[in-house]
Order: sequence, then C-alpha cells, then structure tokens
Amino acid sequence: MVTTPLLPSDYLDLISPLRAGADLRGRIEAVHPETGDAATIVIRPGRGWRGHTAGQYVRIGVDVDGRRLWRAYSITSPTNRQDGRVTITVKAIPGGKVSNHLVRRATPGTLIQLDQPTGDFVLPQTKPAKVLYLTAGSGITPVMGMLRDTEFDDVVMVHCAPQPQDVIFRNELHDLVADRKLRLTEVHTDTDGRLDIARLDELVPDWAERETWACGPAGLLDAAEEHWTEHGVQERLHTERFRPSVVVAGDGGEVTFSATGKTVEADGATPLLDIGEEAGVLMPSGCRMGICFGCVTPLKAGAVRDLRTGEITEAEPGVLIQTCVSAAAGPCDIEQ
Amino acid sequence: MTAIDPTAHLTAEQIEELGRELDAIRDEVLADRGEKDAAYIRKVISAQRKLELVSRGVLLFSIFPPAWLLGTAGLSVAKIMDNMEIGHNVLHGQWDWMRDPKIHSTTWEWDHVSPSDQWKHSHNELHHTYTNVIGKDNDLGYGIMRVDEDQKWHPFHLGQPLWNFINACFFEYGIAAYDLELGKNLHKRRRKDPEFRARAKAVGRKIRKQVLKDYVIHPLLSGPSFLTTLAATFTANLVRNIWSHSVIMCGHFPEGVQVFERRSIKDETRGQWYLRQMMGSANISGSRAMHFMTGNLSHQIEHHLFPDLPSNRYAEVAVKVRALFEKYELEYVTGPLPKQVFSAWHKVFRLSLPNKKPKVKASDRGQELVAA
Repeated sequence: MVTTPLLPSDYLDLISPLRAGADLRGRIEAVHPETGDAATIVIRPGRGWRGHTAGQYVRIGVDVDGRRLWRAYSITSPTNRQDGRVTITVKAIPGGKVSNHLVRRATPGTLIQLDQPTGDFVLPQTKPAKVLYLTAGSGITPVMGMLRDTEFDDVVMVHCAPQPQDVIFRNELHDLVADRKLRLTEVHTDTDGRLDIARLDELVPDWAERETWACGPAGLLDAAEEHWTEHGVQERLHTERFRPSVVVAGDGGEVTFSATGKTVEADGATPLLDIGEEAGVLMPSGCRMGICFGCVTPLKAGAVRDLRTGEITEAEPGVLIQTCVSAAAGPCDIEQ
Repeated sequence: MTAIDPTAHLTAEQIEELGRELDAIRDEVLADRGEKDAAYIRKVISAQRKLELVSRGVLLFSIFPPAWLLGTAGLSVAKIMDNMEIGHNVLHGQWDWMRDPKIHSTTWEWDHVSPSDQWKHSHNELHHTYTNVIGKDNDLGYGIMRVDEDQKWHPFHLGQPLWNFINACFFEYGIAAYDLELGKNLHKRRRKDPEFRARAKAVGRKIRKQVLKDYVIHPLLSGPSFLTTLAATFTANLVRNIWSHSVIMCGHFPEGVQVFERRSIKDETRGQWYLRQMMGSANISGSRAMHFMTGNLSHQIEHHLFPDLPSNRYAEVAVKVRALFEKYELEYVTGPLPKQVFSAWHKVFRLSLPNKKPKVKASDRGQELVAA
C-alpha cells in the first residue's frame, strides 16, 4: 500500500536485481571465446537459483536490439563449481538472433532473465559401468556438463564437427584423453563425410553394452534411435534435441490474439509462439520444442496444426495448444 | 471562425498519396527501433522511481519549509513523469515490442485513479479512433462542454469555464468518471448493469488505494509532519492534474483545430483517417525539457498519426511530418504552451455563449468537414 500501484520489489529491483525473492535473473560476468563461432558465457545467477543437474539446460531471456528473446542452452559448468557461477556455451548459428548476440556482442555486466534449470537428459543415480557419448556440433554442450561433473571408469566419446578447429572444448577433451579419463574419436565431417551410424561397430565395438547419451542434429539422433531400436537396446539410449523435428507445414491464416487484441497473418510453418512474440504479445514460453508445456494457451476458435505430426487440432471449450510446435491451419483465435 | 474546409484543395488521390508517405515515415522508425529506445524508457522509469523515492523521503520531514518545497516539487514532477512520459505511452503499447512483461501495456498500472484497462479502452480505442468526431469522441469537451459552433447551445454551457476549471483541478477523477462514462451510465436502469457495476467497483478500489497511500499512509509515516505531508501530496496531485489538463487541452482545443461530423467518417480510407488526425490535433512548441514533461504530447499531431511509436521518436518524426504539411499546403497548428492554453480557454469562454449558426457548410467528397 505504501508503493501502490507499484510493488516494493519494483523499487528494490533498481538496487538489487539478483536478491533473494526477486524474479530470477543473472548477470553476465565474462564471455570466453571457444572457437570461431562459439563462446562460453559465465553467469552469476540470482539468489533464487536452485542449482542444476549435469546435462540440464536453462532458458535465458536476453534483450537483443531492445527485444526480449528467450532461448534454451545447456549448462556446461559442473554442479559443484566453487564460485556459484554457471556457464552456458553457445554456438552462433547462421541467422540466429540470440546466439549471434551472445557470441559476438554480449558484454560483462549485462543483466539477463533466467528460468530454473530443467531437462531429463541427465546421468542416472547409479553410475553405469560403461558410457558412450555420441555428439555433434553444439550437441557437445550438455555432455561437457556431464564430463566435467562426474567421472566414470570407462567413457568413450564420438564427436562430429566439420573441422578440427570447430571442435568446442577441444583442448580440455584432449587433456582428458591424456589423463586416460576419456577415449575420444573425432569425426571431421568436411573430410570424413557424415557419420554413418553403422560405423559405430568399428569405432566403438561394444557400443550396444554402453549407456549412451546422444545430442546433435535431428539426422544423427533419428539414425541413432533407429539403430539402437534395431539392436533391441533402445533403453540404453538417451537423446536431447535442440529443435522439434518438423514434419509438415500446411496453410496458414489470420491469427487473433484476443486478450491482447492483435491480429496478424501467419504462414503454416511458423510456430504460433514466434508469430505472437513477433507481434509484441506476451506469450508464455518454455523449451520451444514441444516438451515442457510451458507455452500452453487456450485455442478459442479455428484450427492449428502440430508441426511435428501434422495433426490438426480444432477449437473446443477447454482445448489447450502448445504454441511452440503449433502453426495456424486457417484463421484461429488464441486467448493470449 | 471559418467554415471553409482547409483540405478542400486536395484530391482523393493526393490524400492517399499523403497516407503512403506517412506510412513510409512510420516504417522508417520501425526498422530502426531497438536497443537505444529500450535503454531510453528503462532510464526514464528508473529515474522516475528514484525521484519519487527521494521526494517522499524528503517529505518525511516536510514540517521544515525547505523540505516541503523540495519534496513537493520532486513529487509533482515524479507524478507527471509517471502519468505522461511513462504511463500514457506504455499504455498505448509504445513499448510492447520490447516484450518485457514489466514494461507492457497489458501489465502496466499507473499513479492515477482510473484503472489502466478502463483508460485504455476510452482513450486508445475511442478517442484515438474517432478523434474529434462530435458525438463519438468524448474527449471533445468531456461531455460537459460545448467545443464547436455547430453544437447546440444550452444554458448549462454558461458555466463551462467553471466546469473546466474544476475538471482541471481534479482531472484524474474527471478522467475516471469519464472512462466509466458516468454521465451516460448514471441514467435510469444502466446503473444496475452488472458490467458497469464491476467497472465502478474497480475504480472504487483504485481510488481507495491511491487515497490511502497519498493521504493516510505517507502522512502517518511522516509522524509530526503529518499535516504538511498531507498538504504536499495534495499539492503534488493538484499540480499534476492542472499540468496534464493543460497539456491535453492544447492537443485538440486550440483555435485552428478541426472537428468533424459523425457522417464524415463513413467509409473513411487510411489516407482520410491520417488527414483527420492531422487536422484534428495541435502541437506545443518548446524545449526538450518541455517535450519531456508533456510526455511528448507536445507532438500531439505526430502522436495521433502514430500512437504506437515510441514517444522518444516523435521529435525526429515531427520534422518529416511538418514537411508533409507544407507540401500538401495544410496548416500545422502549433505554438508555445501559454499561447495554446490561452487559445483553448478562449474557446471555452467563447462557446459558453450562444452563436449564430455558420452559414456555409463545407461539403466535399462526402468528407463534409465542419471547421471551427
């Protein structure tokens, strides 16, 4: 009542944005280049940070050109880091607004928004005897979080990157190899071509006996899932996808965000979450790949298409849709 | 007083071309909108909060006259910043593009007795769409004044200078009543309409909170300075009310601003809508500080053309808009604050008396313009 219509926290945020009880934020403390297009961001999280499990990711909200954009990145620091900082390692993807901003323009001192860490791509409670990490490109990031966190007796890694200098954490990996803590095979796809999953027999003869964590582009993960299933050992394979695999696009339509009162034209391939954000609507969002259900919103009218399956959902009272993996299938009305 | 349509020399084609040129000005700003603009509004909000905190802190000792003066001046400025450069513009959605839930038209609440959602409806939807259309835009005279020769005179209008003065002093309550459309809704059965009652309740709650904060809690916190702090917050609210009332009067009331008949906006094109905004608004000239304290409503013409562009951009947009006024030979109504305030008040006094009906009515392209 002393501060109405504001809250006392609105004033406290001016002084101490990382304090306990504030919305979870972090401050960028350093940016270390890793390769030509990847960098590690050291973040001091706010007091409300609950800590992560190795392999998990965190969603961060970054203001790029004044606009707040949310993306998920794997945490690459170990859980027992002494100074309480966490790191994410970001690879700039062509046209990627947030990744390019973080790798090339982010400066220490910048405040960012954070969510609590989340994700099921984690190590089990009981240590497996033999481990295989199968990664490609920036898919190495959650695995690096695991490697730095927990030592195993027998760890093999197969990592794909275009060229040797594109391998993120290359020096650290080679140090682990020198210390006999890791056996590493690098596949350089510019010279060797893409990894044929059947080559695993030759690279890691006992792959089927190993508890495996795989992270990389959809092509690699699809092939791995098929391969593991064929050999009847699919329960040993754990995968993490950075993007939903889009199978189908249909017709778009006019999308109305009725609570905000905005109407925009949408194509049939762009997630409604992106459409709404582009129009300045405050869309709830989560993993952006159809897993966490943080973005569910009532569909009041019209129809939407699930971008992963092509399935059409029509509006009925109580129907909720995941806006991050749904596109307009004709005119529709989203209650947001 | 003239009854000649000041846009009569424009062809329908020219009006649409004018619309396209204005769209281009808007697109230029949109393409360039970014980090600097975001930094601007964050800086203003942070400065406003600090100023308010410090002023209220100083007022804890308001029993000492220098503290009273300093605290009251600071709080007045803080309240004006909250309502004008921040509140009005955030509630217009000027900063929604940042996607910061803390600075968004759907979440913002301001230091004002009218709840933001009600104000957004009456201001953004009604006033900005139907600008200066008699019978549609209630901002024209707020339903208590006669603002055009063509409006029928009633003995009630004799008192309009007084009504306007009272409205200025308690402007935020005037706005709240007006957002509730009290005049219309207090009639007969409408009073019992559940929707109206819900809205009235929301206003009641907001008033209670505002009054409690300004006139009970902060004076109590001041201890021995109770009465002087009470006087200080009352003064700050009064200053804010009179200031915002004056600025807003300058936006649509000064001589030279056109009003329009209801039928003139039937089938209005984009170009014609732009033209109505251009002819129905007036600017205030002055320093940068002046523009800031008016919440950039001193660029009323530009604001009405582009209500959702960030307010810090109106100054640069104004140069281009003014060039278009010259190109299309239209009158850009502007002047220093005292002159515009006098002009608006002069009209309020003049129209409190009956007048002869203007003989000639401009009628052209179905756009029948009635000039004041």
